[in-house]
Amino acid sequence: MDWPFLFATAKTLLMGVPLTLRLAATSLCAGFVLAVGIAALAGSRFAPARWIAALYVMLFQGTPLLVQIFIVYYGFGQIDFLRASFAWPFLQQPYWCAILALSLNTSAYGAEIIRGAIAAVPEREIEAARAIGMSGLRLRRRIIWPQALQYGLANYGNEAILLLKATSLASVITLMDVTGLAYRLVSKTYRSEEIFTVAGLIYLALTFVIATGVHLLERRLTPCRRV
Amino acid sequence: MSTPAFTLIGFGPEGWGKLLLLAAGLTLVAAVCSFALGSLLGAAGAALKLASSRSLRGIGTFYTTVFRGIPEILVVYLFYFGGSLALTRLMHLAGFPGFFSLPSFIIGVVAIGLVSGAYQTEAYRSACLRLERGQIEAGKACGMSTFILLWRVIAPQTLRFALPALGNIWQSVLKETALLSIIGLVELLRQSTIASGATRQPLLFYGVAALLYLVMGQITALGIRTVEKRLARSWGR
Repeated sequence: MDWPFLFATAKTLLMGVPLTLRLAATSLCAGFVLAVGIAALAGSRFAPARWIAALYVMLFQGTPLLVQIFIVYYGFGQIDFLRASFAWPFLQQPYWCAILALSLNTSAYGAEIIRGAIAAVPEREIEAARAIGMSGLRLRRRIIWPQALQYGLANYGNEAILLLKATSLASVITLMDVTGLAYRLVSKTYRSEEIFTVAGLIYLALTFVIATGVHLLERRLTPCRRV
Repeated sequence: MSTPAFTLIGFGPEGWGKLLLLAAGLTLVAAVCSFALGSLLGAAGAALKLASSRSLRGIGTFYTTVFRGIPEILVVYLFYFGGSLALTRLMHLAGFPGFFSLPSFIIGVVAIGLVSGAYQTEAYRSACLRLERGQIEAGKACGMSTFILLWRVIAPQTLRFALPALGNIWQSVLKETALLSIIGLVELLRQSTIASGATRQPLLFYGVAALLYLVMGQITALGIRTVEKRLARSWGR
């Protein structure tokens, strides 16, 4: 084992952690907002709204994330009104392209999770709430959302971990996240086993932190189910 | 004057249609091979995780934790760089100088297969846990050997329970093969990159690639759902 080299590698790769986390956190938040919108469409009483939501989910879940990233990064430049719009200065940068693709992608999965969580709220509780006169926002705020949050949190935590792993694809469009730095270091030194192992360990550690965080949050939010 | 889009994706002399379809075929073959390898690894992994020996369970847990916790692209890179280096070293030991590299198809299938194997391990394991112990005991009481028991009682039910999860894993394998484009395998995404480079129409060709992935995924999903329904029918009592 070449410990000095491993430490030097770890030090270099850790510099990519802030970018990896920033990509994941920004996309997670933007994706969640989008997901709520899509889930609302999916639960709408208006059929075309449901079709749009289903199509959206199918499109983003059915195609590889890498293709989505390439469409945003290479393809959007061909669309004239995008080039003329205010968004173009952002879409010229690989960072914002990655954020956009990751957010859209995760929102499709998030929408499914939210839809499932809302559907898991027992019908009789909603009926009971209606019977004592709750409706609209109050019904949602007091009965539906708190329970949906409990049901959906674990799944959303999984999605956050998948998203963290997915940010590594941003390295393909020149971003220097952990994977990007590892790739560059390998092409300089050709010591692929050590470098990619260190990179893998960094991702494992990040995954572990997220999983633990979600677990703690879940314990806090579901005191009734604690054993 | 640029060539119209339909000519570009068509099958004429200026069209990329045939190459794209061939590349889509390679994507499908790579996905099937990866998924098959993943099934073997998944079955082995599930056996490890359900073993009574603690160290065997530890190995199984290590496998699933590592390959589900690190990004697929790192696994692909590791095998791409590491595989060739290992092969070159091996060949040097055997007395062949020079640099050797493994075909990117094999590297890709092994890498994606290992990752999907980790997910399939979980699918098989949880399906196995749903088996009724009584049936296994009954089988043993009838004098079934371990193999017969596995073949007649355990495998069919495990497969049926695992099928929905396996369907999801198949969809992700199909999409993950897009990663093989970055190690130079000319599958669907790589071919689209080549085409969009030659014609300067990235939107068109990546759009077509996305559509082809979608079509492949939807058709196979339909097939899996049909199998699921058929299997559920024989159980419907």
